[in-house]
Amino acid sequence: MAKAELNHTLFLAIIEPLVTTMTKSELIEVLAHEKSDLSFKDVEAAVKALLEHMSESLADGERIEIRGFGSFSLHYRPPRTGRNPKTGAAVELAGKYVPHFKPGKELRNRVNEAAANERKPVRRSSRSATQ
Amino acid sequence: MALTKADMSERLFDKIGMNKRDAKELVEAFFEEIRRSLEQGEQVKLSGFGNFDLRDKNERPGRNPKTGEEIPISARRVVTFRPGQKLKNRVDTRQHELAGDA
Repeated sequence: MAKAELNHTLFLAIIEPLVTTMTKSELIEVLAHEKSDLSFKDVEAAVKALLEHMSESLADGERIEIRGFGSFSLHYRPPRTGRNPKTGAAVELAGKYVPHFKPGKELRNRVNEAAANERKPVRRSSRSATQ
Repeated sequence: MALTKADMSERLFDKIGMNKRDAKELVEAFFEEIRRSLEQGEQVKLSGFGNFDLRDKNERPGRNPKTGEEIPISARRVVTFRPGQKLKNRVDTRQHELAGDA
C-alpha cells in the first residue's frame, strides 16, 4: 500500500468512530485528504461552488439529478390559514415551493443494508448451538 | 432540463479553473463521501444548504397495491433531507420573483 493511501486509511480509521455527524468543513477535510494532489483551498472553493450551484438550480426551479445518490426538486405547498402562536390570530399564508430530496436506489440500499447488518444478532449460530 | 454531475464539473472548470479530470473526480467524491457517511450512520450537515438525516423505521403492516394481499414492510433505515433556512428562503424568494409577485 502506498504511504499516502495508508495515511488516508489511518486517518479515516481514527476519525470515523469518533463522529456521528459530518459537517461541511469535515467533508472538505476528508475530500482534501483523499484528493491529495489538489490544494485544500481548491477543494474548499469547489465544495462551496457545488453547493452554490445546487442552491441556484433549485431556486430557479430546476431539478438536480445525481444517479445513485438521488434527486432534488421543488414541492408546492398550497396557501393555507395559519395562526400566530402568541395571539391566536388567523394569518393567511401564501403558497410556496420547498426543496425536496428523493434518495436514489444505491444510497437507499447502502444505508439500509448497513443498518440491517448492525441489527443482525452477531452470535446467533453459536447461541443456538449451545441451547 | 435537470442539473447533473457533468454540469457541476463544467462549473468547477469555468469558475475555479480546476482541470476537467480533477473536477469530474471531485464531484464524484463529493457525493460518494456523503453516501459513505450516511452508510456509516452519520448524518451530514451542510450549513446554508441542508441536513441529510437518518431515520430508523420499525416494521409496519403493508399491502400489495395490486392484489390487496397483506405483507409486512420490514424495518429499515431511510435518509431524509431537511433543507436549511437559507436555502428555503432563497427558493421561496426566487420563485415569487419568477412568478412576478415579489
